[in-house]
Amino acid sequence: MFETLSGRFSGVFDKLRGRGALSEADVAEAMREVRLAMLDADVALPVVKDFVNKVRERAVGQEVLDSISPGQAVAKIVNDALIDALGGAGAVPLNLNNAAPIPILMVGLQGSGKTTTSGKIALRLQTRERRRVLLASLDVQRPAAQLQLQQLAERARVASLPIVPGQTPVQIAQRAIETGRREGFDVVILDTAGRLSIDEALMEEVRQIRAATNPAETLLVVDAMTGQDAVNTAKAFNEAVGVSGVVMTRMDGDARGGAALSMRAITGAPIKLTGSGEKLEALEEFHPERVAGRILGLGDIAGLVEKASETLDHEESEKLALKMLRGKFDLDDYASQLRQIQKMGSIGGILDMLPGMGKLKGQLDESKLDTSVFKRHQAIISSMTKQERRTPDIIKASRKKRIAAGSGATVQEVNRLLKQFDDMSTMMKRINKLGAKGLMRQGLSALMPKGAMPPQRPH
Amino acid sequence: MALGFFSRLKEGLSRSTQKLGGNLSAVFTRRRLDDAALDELEEVLIAADLGPAVAGRVIESFRSSRFGAEVTDAEVRDALSAEIARVLEPVAVPFTPDPARRPHVVLVVGVNGTGKTTTIGKMALQFGRQGLRTILVAGDTFRAAAVEQLQIWGERVGAPVIAGPPNADAAGLAFEALKKGRAEGADLLLIDTAGRLHNKGALMEELAKIIRVMRKFDETAPHSVLLVLDATTGQNAIEQVRVFKELVAVTGLVVTKLDGSARGGIVVALADQFKLPVHAVGVGEQAEDLRPFSAADYARGLVGEGLKLHSGAVVEQGED
Repeated sequence: MFETLSGRFSGVFDKLRGRGALSEADVAEAMREVRLAMLDADVALPVVKDFVNKVRERAVGQEVLDSISPGQAVAKIVNDALIDALGGAGAVPLNLNNAAPIPILMVGLQGSGKTTTSGKIALRLQTRERRRVLLASLDVQRPAAQLQLQQLAERARVASLPIVPGQTPVQIAQRAIETGRREGFDVVILDTAGRLSIDEALMEEVRQIRAATNPAETLLVVDAMTGQDAVNTAKAFNEAVGVSGVVMTRMDGDARGGAALSMRAITGAPIKLTGSGEKLEALEEFHPERVAGRILGLGDIAGLVEKASETLDHEESEKLALKMLRGKFDLDDYASQLRQIQKMGSIGGILDMLPGMGKLKGQLDESKLDTSVFKRHQAIISSMTKQERRTPDIIKASRKKRIAAGSGATVQEVNRLLKQFDDMSTMMKRINKLGAKGLMRQGLSALMPKGAMPPQRPH
Repeated sequence: MALGFFSRLKEGLSRSTQKLGGNLSAVFTRRRLDDAALDELEEVLIAADLGPAVAGRVIESFRSSRFGAEVTDAEVRDALSAEIARVLEPVAVPFTPDPARRPHVVLVVGVNGTGKTTTIGKMALQFGRQGLRTILVAGDTFRAAAVEQLQIWGERVGAPVIAGPPNADAAGLAFEALKKGRAEGADLLLIDTAGRLHNKGALMEELAKIIRVMRKFDETAPHSVLLVLDATTGQNAIEQVRVFKELVAVTGLVVTKLDGSARGGIVVALADQFKLPVHAVGVGEQAEDLRPFSAADYARGLVGEGLKLHSGAVVEQGED
């Protein structure tokens, strides 16, 4: 998501770090590049100006210019300003401290992902917070929108308000709250029709819905690919209905995420959740400090560890880690690792979280980063004998042919897998030499020989 | 906030007149087109999503012809939009089904939520009115209620809809629909597809498969691949077009949601880089709200009716 911005920023900072002393001209030049990088990433123009001004003011201060490593100091200032722009440290949870039924109102432009997000939030509240959730679609504009939410609710095994044709959105909202009260629901999610911020009639309608239901949360759903118009939209919705939180959707795309940087500044409301996939489980909390880290190429190790601990099998992981440390990592372990990685979702998402990936990621073709290759690798490994898996060195031409035939792969694919495994083993030996601290400090690039390939691209 | 020109296309809507008033006086104020003024104009273009690089280029060529001149805002507006219209002119190509094809097969693709289904509904209405026998194919078998959404459009515009069971194979459905369309002598086959992010290799492969399978029946199909693009999209639209074009040979663009505050400036960058025809623009939710793309109108909408130079504004601190 943020890797391009991240790559450009590290370029700027590398240049600054390379110098002993910083002149104001150096800072000005760096800020020009920061401005361009941000605009290219679709950060809203007023937000960019504000950001650059703030950073410049702090960066030309005597303290920075006199410090031992001014480049580092500027990077730190940008980091702080980023966390600031993203809404300060720490994720902000949904406000569920009202008396039941707690109304949550979903608003946004057409196609921003309100209905899918409604389903995701419902599922999350029901499974993680053990709340009884009722979903209600107030969208009488788009054909079959109410049906869409109903079907999503069925998939998520969450209750949805029966559809009554001919009711106005306000009537549906009132019926939803009533039903919620009568039937003892904890939360009622009100999914509204997409509307343009300049459509006065529809904005008035959503004001009435808000007045009729007094929601605990009014969540603005914003597509992460949004360009400069994010400002207008966020402003208009905030003025009309008062946004209490933002949900950024399509974070699994390759947009540069500028809209995420603009939201806080414009609405004053925090980004509370992010959507990153078509599955109903693909909804995550938003941690500004981690995202800032990712933008600056510092990685999001905390997020990665969290994600890993949620999905990975601990015993198996520890066993693997031990084997790695001892340098006894074989193809069976690789297959087991593949299974675990697959549980964590997209590789792109995982790579994003690693330090130093911003620069490297440009060299990877993201559309080809696809977990299906792992399945193929597993198939290939399954076609090997136990001995082959333990000592891959013995796999020569005729074994390769047999393995390829057995797994429906080509010999080239088998070769690639073996090469990749070999590279991995080499990399692990290097990690062992560096130690965990060295890895954190120098990032992934420490593992690459200078000017060499990024980690073997799966394919 | 400058008002999009396109909202004016919706006749009878009061909202468009509200914001036009304030800037008339500016028409009579002259001002020298100096560096500060050009920087301001550049920001207007950046705020319209042209992207810093393209905005910079437009301003540079504008500078070379008009720098130092005494101009009114109206003159700037006209000249600047003419400059942009020059970039857009070559891509303003309307969509015309080939009558020799029976049916002319159109595959409609795009990322999630851009308005593919709505665009198909509108196209069905317009070509239906021209007397073309149009068949809709509900190829979005993934999203909840997407089939029903297209079926409602079919009823509205009086076009038959071919649909399969939920989660059916879209490629197989398209193949069957093509066969049926041929047998029934349809003129136009509009195939809806599930929205997909262009960086999801597996989903893009599915799309390529739809094309491959259709070609088993008619190797010229699809005759058009339309990429539907949301006008609120920022610089990522360039990646979208690049990847979709590479993987499924997009032949033209439709830009939707231009009735909002988004000005869709990314289309200028796209025209500059890919030179793909822009067939139509969507300006509302009604069936009539799909219009041919006009370079001049689009450029004017981008620059904004309300364009106004703040005399003497300091660029870096200037707020718009």
